[in-house]
Amino acid sequence: MGQKILFEKIHIPGIKNYDVYRENGGYASVEKALKMNPDDITEEVKTSGLRGRGGAGFPVGLKWSFIDKKSGNPRHLVCNADESEPGTFKDRYLMEYIPHLLIEGMITSSFALGANLSYIYIRGEYMWVFKTLERAIKEAYAAGWLGKNIKGSGYDLDLHVHCGGGAYICGEETALIESLEGKRGNPRIKPPFPAVKGLWQNPTVVNNVESIASVPWILLNSGADYAKIGLGRSTGTKLFSVSGHVKKPGVYEIEMGITVDEFMNSDEYCGGMIDDRPLKGLIPGGSSVPILPQHLIFKTANGEDRLMTYESLADGGFATGSSLGSGGFIVYNDTACIVRNTWNFSRFYHHESCGQCSPCREGTGWMEKILWRIENGHGTEEDIDVLWSVQAKIEGNTICPLGDAAAWPVAAAIRHFRDEFEYHIRFPEKIKNRDHFVNEPFEKVKHLVAKQTL
Amino acid sequence: MKVTIDGIEIEVEPGTTVLQAARMIGGDVVPPAMCYYSKLKDTGGNCRACLVEVSKGSEADPRPMPKMMPSCKTGVMDGMEVKVKTSDRALDARKAVTEFLLINHPLDCPVCDQAGECDLQNLSFKHGLEKTRFKEEKRTFEPENIGDNIQLHMNRCILCYRCVHTAEQICGSRNHGVLNRGDHAQISTYVSAAIDHEMSGNMIDVCPVGALTDKTFRFKSRVWFNKPYNAHRNCDKCCGKTTVWMFGNEIQRVTARKDEYHEVEDFICNECRFDHKDVNDWVIEGPRKFEKFSVINQNNYTRKMENVKIDTEKQILEGRDQDRKKISMKEVPYKNTENS
Repeated sequence: MGQKILFEKIHIPGIKNYDVYRENGGYASVEKALKMNPDDITEEVKTSGLRGRGGAGFPVGLKWSFIDKKSGNPRHLVCNADESEPGTFKDRYLMEYIPHLLIEGMITSSFALGANLSYIYIRGEYMWVFKTLERAIKEAYAAGWLGKNIKGSGYDLDLHVHCGGGAYICGEETALIESLEGKRGNPRIKPPFPAVKGLWQNPTVVNNVESIASVPWILLNSGADYAKIGLGRSTGTKLFSVSGHVKKPGVYEIEMGITVDEFMNSDEYCGGMIDDRPLKGLIPGGSSVPILPQHLIFKTANGEDRLMTYESLADGGFATGSSLGSGGFIVYNDTACIVRNTWNFSRFYHHESCGQCSPCREGTGWMEKILWRIENGHGTEEDIDVLWSVQAKIEGNTICPLGDAAAWPVAAAIRHFRDEFEYHIRFPEKIKNRDHFVNEPFEKVKHLVAKQTL
Repeated sequence: MKVTIDGIEIEVEPGTTVLQAARMIGGDVVPPAMCYYSKLKDTGGNCRACLVEVSKGSEADPRPMPKMMPSCKTGVMDGMEVKVKTSDRALDARKAVTEFLLINHPLDCPVCDQAGECDLQNLSFKHGLEKTRFKEEKRTFEPENIGDNIQLHMNRCILCYRCVHTAEQICGSRNHGVLNRGDHAQISTYVSAAIDHEMSGNMIDVCPVGALTDKTFRFKSRVWFNKPYNAHRNCDKCCGKTTVWMFGNEIQRVTARKDEYHEVEDFICNECRFDHKDVNDWVIEGPRKFEKFSVINQNNYTRKMENVKIDTEKQILEGRDQDRKKISMKEVPYKNTENS
C-alpha cells in the first residue's frame, strides 16, 4: 500500500460531518497556519514541489508567489471544481466524501495568499456535491473556522460555492473568472494573467480541488516530507480516475512514480483487463490528451519502463508520448473502435467550444462532421488528410487550450491508428452492417487494409 | 521602445500593440484584422487573422515566443522582432483562419450588400484557397427581425463581436449580444427585443461582413454605382460628418467616414444616417477619395476634366485633308492625260 494523503481518512464512517472530521484531526492545519507567516506557507508549498492537478501541472507554490501583493487590491482564491472532461471524475470523490478537507485547504491557502473572499466554482451537473459542500461550509461557519476573526487570529474569510451553468469551457481559469463575474464564459486573452488581474480585476489564484486539498497535509507534515513522496519533479500523490475495459475502474490515489504496468495490472489498483482481452490503447490523462497505442503504453520510445509521472508519460512529445493531464485514465481493449471513439470526443469538443475565436469555433465542427462521415462509412481517401490538416490548423492558433484539447485526440488517433481510418473508408459496407455495440476486433480485419495497400 | 517588424525598425510608445506599430509603418506589413477595431475598446483577439510570429521577445528576454501571437492584443516590448509577411508560419495561420471563416460563410457576394466593402472578401482574395475543402452542409439560421433600421443576416456573421462592443460602448444600453456556443453561437437580441438606440446604426458600419446591413439601402444599388461625397450638417447628437452615397442627385445611403483600415473616423447618429436623404440637408464638401484599386473606385472619376478639350470637328477636318492628300494626290500630275 502506498502512502495516502487525500484518501487517508476517506474510509472513516461519517467523515462527511464536521464532528467526525474534527475528531480525526481535521482543521489542525488551519490552527497551525494561523500562527504562521503567510509567506512561510507559500515557501512550504514551494518546497513540496506540488504541481497543479488540473491538467497543466504548473507548480502551485510558484503560482502563489506570482500573486500581486503590492497593489493593495483585495485578493481572491478560486477553487476550480468545474470538472467536466470525459474520463475525469476524481474531484467529485474528494468533495462528495470528504468535503471538509477541501474547505480546510481553502482556509489555509486563502490565509497564505491573504485572500478574504474565496470561491469554489463547481460544475453545474454536480448538484448533490454542491449541496454537500454548502452544508459543510455552514458547519465550518458554525464552528468558527470561517467568517470574521477566525479563532481569534484577526483573519477574516468568507467562502462561497458557486454553481456553474454546465459549460466545459468554464473549467478554463479565465473563462471560469468571467463566469463567476456573471458574464458569458469566454476565456480572456492572457496576459494579463489572473495573478495580476483576475476576478473583478483583482489578483486571483485559481487552483484545482486536488491541489488545494493537498495543502493541509503539506502544512501539517512539511513540504520536504511531501517532496520525498513521488519521483523527481513529480512529487506527492495523485488521484487517477480509471474507466474503460479494466476489472476495477474507480478513483485511486497513487504515489507518483510507480510503473504503468503495476498500476494497470496489480490487484491493488486496476486489476488488469476485463475478460483478459488484449489491451489496445490508453489515454492516461483524460480525453484531451493523445491516445497511446499498445506498444507505447508500458515502454517509452527508448525502451524504458513508462512510469506514472508527468515526465515519463510525456516522454518524446506527442509522437511517442502523451500527457498526465488531469488523470483521467481511459483503457481500451481490442474491441474498441478508435474512429468512433475519436468522433465521440470530437463531438464533445464541438459542443463545448465557446465560439469566441474562429479556428476552434469552425474547426471543431468541421472535424466532427468529417469524423461522423468516416465513422458511418461515407468517408473518402482524402478525408484523413483533410482531417490531419484541420487539426494542425486549430492547434496553437486559439485563445485558450480547448482548441488544442480538440486537436490532440484526433492527431494521435490518425498518427497511431491510421489503418483503422482506412479500413472505415475502404470497407464501408462492413462498417454500415456492424452492430454498433459490439465491434469486431480490428486485428481480425487488419489484413484487408494491408492487402489493399500492396 | 524599439520594435522591428519585417526588418523595419520603428520607435513607439509603451503600451502600443504590434498591430498599431505595424499600422504606423503602413503598407503591406500591416496584418489583416477582422475583429479588432481601433475606435472601440477591448476588441480583438477573436478572429486570429492577425496572428504574427514573434521571433525575438525583447531585449531583456530574446527568446522567440513559441505560439503565434495575435498582433492586436500583443503589447510591444523593447527590442521585439516580429515577422508578418516574412514568416511562413504566420502566413499559414492566416490562410487557415481564412479557410475557417469561409467554411460556414455563404459565398453569396453577388447578392450581398456588403460586396465591394467586405473585409472577408478582401481577406479571402489575398489569402484564401481557390477551392473549398468543406463538403458538409453549412450551418444556417432562421431570419430574425431586430428592428426597423438594421437587417440581421446571421448566416453571414463571423462572430467578430464588434457590434457587441459597439452596443456596449457607443449605445450604452445593450439589448443584443451572443447567444449559444461554438458554431451555433449567434448574434441576437435578448428575448426578441428591437435595437432602437439612437447610435445603433454604427453597428452596420463596424460589421466587417454583410451580417448587419442598412434596411434603407438594401438592394437599392451596388456600392460601386454610387458616388461617395464627404458631407456634413449641424447635428446635436453626433459630429455630423458623414459620407453620402449618391446616385445621380439622389442620396441613397449615409455612412460614417472611414479610414484606410475601413474603420469609422467618428461615430454618427441614426438621425443623420437614416432620416436625412435629401441633398438640401447636407453641405457637400467634395468627392471622397479611395485607394486606387478599391472596388468602390471603379465607377468614380474624380479627376478634374477641364484641361482635356476635344475639338471634334477640327480633328475630323484635319483627318479628311490628310486622307485627301493620300488618295487624290492633287499635287501629283495625272500622267496619262499628259502623254495622250
